[in-house]
Amino acid sequence: MLLTSMIFIPLVGAIIVLLVPRDREDAAKWIAFLVTLIPLFLAVLLYFQYDPTSVEIQEVVETSWIKAFNIRYHTGVDGLSVTLILLTALLGPICVGASWKIEKGIKAYLALFLLLETGMIGFFCALDLFLFYVFFELTLLPMYFLIGVWGGPRREYAAIKFFLYTLFGSVLMLIAMIAVYLNSNVDPGLRTFDIPTLINLAKTSGHALADPTFQIWVFLGFFIGFAVKVPIFPFHTWLPDAHVEAPTAISVVLAAVLLKMGTYGLVRINFAMLPAGMDFFTNGLGRWGNTLAILGVVNIIYGSLCALAQTDFKKLVAYSSIGHMGFVILGLAARNEAGVTGAILQMLNHGVISAMLFLLVGVVYDRAHHRDINGFGGLGSKMPIYTGITTLAFMASLGLPGLSGFVGEALSLIGAYSKFQLLTILSTIGIVVGAAYFLWTLQRVFLGDLNPKYEAIEEINKREIATLIPLGILTIVLGIWPHFAIEMFRNSVAGLPLQ
Amino acid sequence: MGNLESIRYFTPELIIVAFAILVILFDLVSQGQSSKGTAYLSLAGLLFTTIAVLIVGPMNQSLFFGMIRIDGFATFFKIIVLIATAVTIVFSMVSNELDPKAQGEYYALLIAINLGMFLMASSTNILLAYLSLETVSLTSYILAGFLTRNPRSSEAAFKYIIFGAVASGTMLFGLSLIFGMTGTASISQIGQQLPEVASSYPTAVLVSIIFILAGVGYKIASVPFHMWSPDVYEGAPIPITAFLSVASKAAGFALFIRLFYFSFRGTNVNWTILLSIVSALTMTFGNLAALPQQNVKRLLAYSSIAHGGYLLMGVVLLSGDGIKAILFYLTIYMFMNFGAFFVVILVAKEVGSENIDGYKGLISRAPFVAVAMVIFLFSLTGMPPLAGFAGKWVLFAAVVEKKLYWLAIIGVLNSVVSLYYYVRIVKAMLFETSEDAETLSFSRGSMALLMAFVVPTILLGVYWKPYDFLKDLPLDRFIG
Repeated sequence: MLLTSMIFIPLVGAIIVLLVPRDREDAAKWIAFLVTLIPLFLAVLLYFQYDPTSVEIQEVVETSWIKAFNIRYHTGVDGLSVTLILLTALLGPICVGASWKIEKGIKAYLALFLLLETGMIGFFCALDLFLFYVFFELTLLPMYFLIGVWGGPRREYAAIKFFLYTLFGSVLMLIAMIAVYLNSNVDPGLRTFDIPTLINLAKTSGHALADPTFQIWVFLGFFIGFAVKVPIFPFHTWLPDAHVEAPTAISVVLAAVLLKMGTYGLVRINFAMLPAGMDFFTNGLGRWGNTLAILGVVNIIYGSLCALAQTDFKKLVAYSSIGHMGFVILGLAARNEAGVTGAILQMLNHGVISAMLFLLVGVVYDRAHHRDINGFGGLGSKMPIYTGITTLAFMASLGLPGLSGFVGEALSLIGAYSKFQLLTILSTIGIVVGAAYFLWTLQRVFLGDLNPKYEAIEEINKREIATLIPLGILTIVLGIWPHFAIEMFRNSVAGLPLQ
Repeated sequence: MGNLESIRYFTPELIIVAFAILVILFDLVSQGQSSKGTAYLSLAGLLFTTIAVLIVGPMNQSLFFGMIRIDGFATFFKIIVLIATAVTIVFSMVSNELDPKAQGEYYALLIAINLGMFLMASSTNILLAYLSLETVSLTSYILAGFLTRNPRSSEAAFKYIIFGAVASGTMLFGLSLIFGMTGTASISQIGQQLPEVASSYPTAVLVSIIFILAGVGYKIASVPFHMWSPDVYEGAPIPITAFLSVASKAAGFALFIRLFYFSFRGTNVNWTILLSIVSALTMTFGNLAALPQQNVKRLLAYSSIAHGGYLLMGVVLLSGDGIKAILFYLTIYMFMNFGAFFVVILVAKEVGSENIDGYKGLISRAPFVAVAMVIFLFSLTGMPPLAGFAGKWVLFAAVVEKKLYWLAIIGVLNSVVSLYYYVRIVKAMLFETSEDAETLSFSRGSMALLMAFVVPTILLGVYWKPYDFLKDLPLDRFIG
């Protein structure tokens, strides 16, 4: 029941927000804020209830939904989902806080945001492939409207591009999903969408699902669906557009949670359910070697080089996201404990750090109304607190030891190095370039002489600091003591088909 | 069953005929002054017919020495057609397109067309099938050209007649070839004899199947017999466009399924590949042609061609699952498509435009209508958790089950393409602002009707019990 209420309370909240009378729109913000606190509270409760020493899936709720296809409302969590649910739930109130200044159609905005939260939490809880897909798609519509209505000047273009790319990926996933279902004979005549059952069937030798050729095709279908979301080169071009146009809070969710849906899907479906497909794409292609690792390295290098070339602050952060998601792919491609642990930790860290970065960009944009990195200068003297928090986020993002970004990347690299040395060495280019663009940005925006245009720029206010503090604390805690996160999903990682 | 015994199970059709005459008489007596009255009388007629259809029920009996059959399949389509006609009548009352003085014939024709469609859904004899098809076509020609003062409407009717005549002539030739080869006009007997004939004369059988395809393909607007539909849909009064895109299509599919499922299934002539290509072309053409449209009615016309293509996938399969998927999809399609057309009617009436530009800023002028339209359009795209997704899901699952992966992939990619043009309307409504900011007000009745389309469009996406029920029906008791 815990999960079910967590999933559907935001939906109920969305309806309540819509019912707020038009002249009391401030109340809508407070209602939305309080509603997002409930899943956060429940997520913390879940964190304490969850027994990380057990390999079992916990908090299971299962009832029949669609008999004709044996589709069930089946939800439950393992360590990986708990981690991401915590992240999602934490970002709920933060994003509502970051949206406080929005005036146009605030009720609809908040309702859509709450609907989005339902989709995201539901996605991380779903254990039925069909339900999983429905929640995956459910995040699409609100996101499309949030970018399209409340976005920047090119919002329409960005919104439809995001929508088309993701839908393209997800329809291929749909076909793959149906193919899995049709080959999933549990008993003669009984087929299933149940993810844990499918994972077991795919391991049973001789079963139709375990057939390598079948797995390769299905893998490809799911992979494209998730790759668009992660995004993996060459499916990434929607991301910079979407980020640049989206309002701050929406960029935050997009980077912190929606991208994780792609990698979560890769772990949950491609990695766990399709080991033979995974074999093919990690070592079955002859001299192409580890396709997945190559894609990861391309992401890292390409993303960071693009980031280096940006003058738009938000675009820089967007491209750096592409680079950092590359480490997740690299870690997963290694298929060993260190690599996968690193990948999952990197998912969490990137969620926290990129959320901070986008919030910080939003703060300066609200004041200066532009995001041109070269158009600032010397802000450090006028906004010391802001500069301090930004430096923390930058350092965490470029992988300074002691902050969270370092641990995930290091573990991914350690895992990867034991499998493919050359590619791992290449990927470190990304880290060097990452340090370069963050430090260079720091220098251009905050150091040097103060740009006279910003004599009167306001320091970051309390509301904005409040949205950043929880994330800042997490960055430091996860950097010093990553075990508190790793312990959560250690057993879940051990349950994956590692090599 | 003999003629005399059959009469009492034929009451629904007789009620239709009675009311068609009654409506004309009423119009005559009231001297065309009471268009509301005629509309209500027609609705009453439909109500009585519905009751009669339900009382007769799916009895699985053949009437009139095997000319027609009353089974669950026929009853299903009759109900769909009745709902569609009732909705169309209400649409016509809301819409201000029609000349208030000449509505007697209009409603009489709308009722009479039900007779043709009932027979299309239930005839088991190729001759009767052809006659019913012609009844529907002739009535449709008049209805499409009913806006006598509008040259586009007349053009629509004219094009419709020409294409219709050619298509049905071709079909008749195909049917006569079949009759010549088998010596029988009964669909089930043809099904028994044709495999033998086809093994000796495969080309002749294939040619006659293609000819017949022209006739039914024209009715459901499948490529390459679709050319009439965009012009007709654009020129006809909006309620008639909505009617043609739902009821006419449904009846066409009923006939299509009966003919192909019973007569041609056992033949060794490989017409399924032909039909699957037609299906792929139809959806691809419909979607691509819809992309640049500026007129929403025309856009929905092309979209309905595309939906015909999706539905054809179900016919290709020739499986029970395929047929059930078609029935399920048609039901959902009826709600979402009628919903979209109703918004077009409301906007045409209040804003005075059928162009996408007329939809700009609708969210601030009429929020409920705009949100409803968004729901219909995303449902037409097939986004979960809306009903359109459920419909597509069932269809695609049946296609993948038969291992027609290429067709399924073309189908889903088409959904992605369709998103682009549906979203253009959404974009105009939500993301753009109109110079004219005055709020639009609609009658309570209209809003209630709109709600009646919104609720099933959402509900059928999450509540799947109706499909569970359909799936559990044994096919041989349902259609036969």
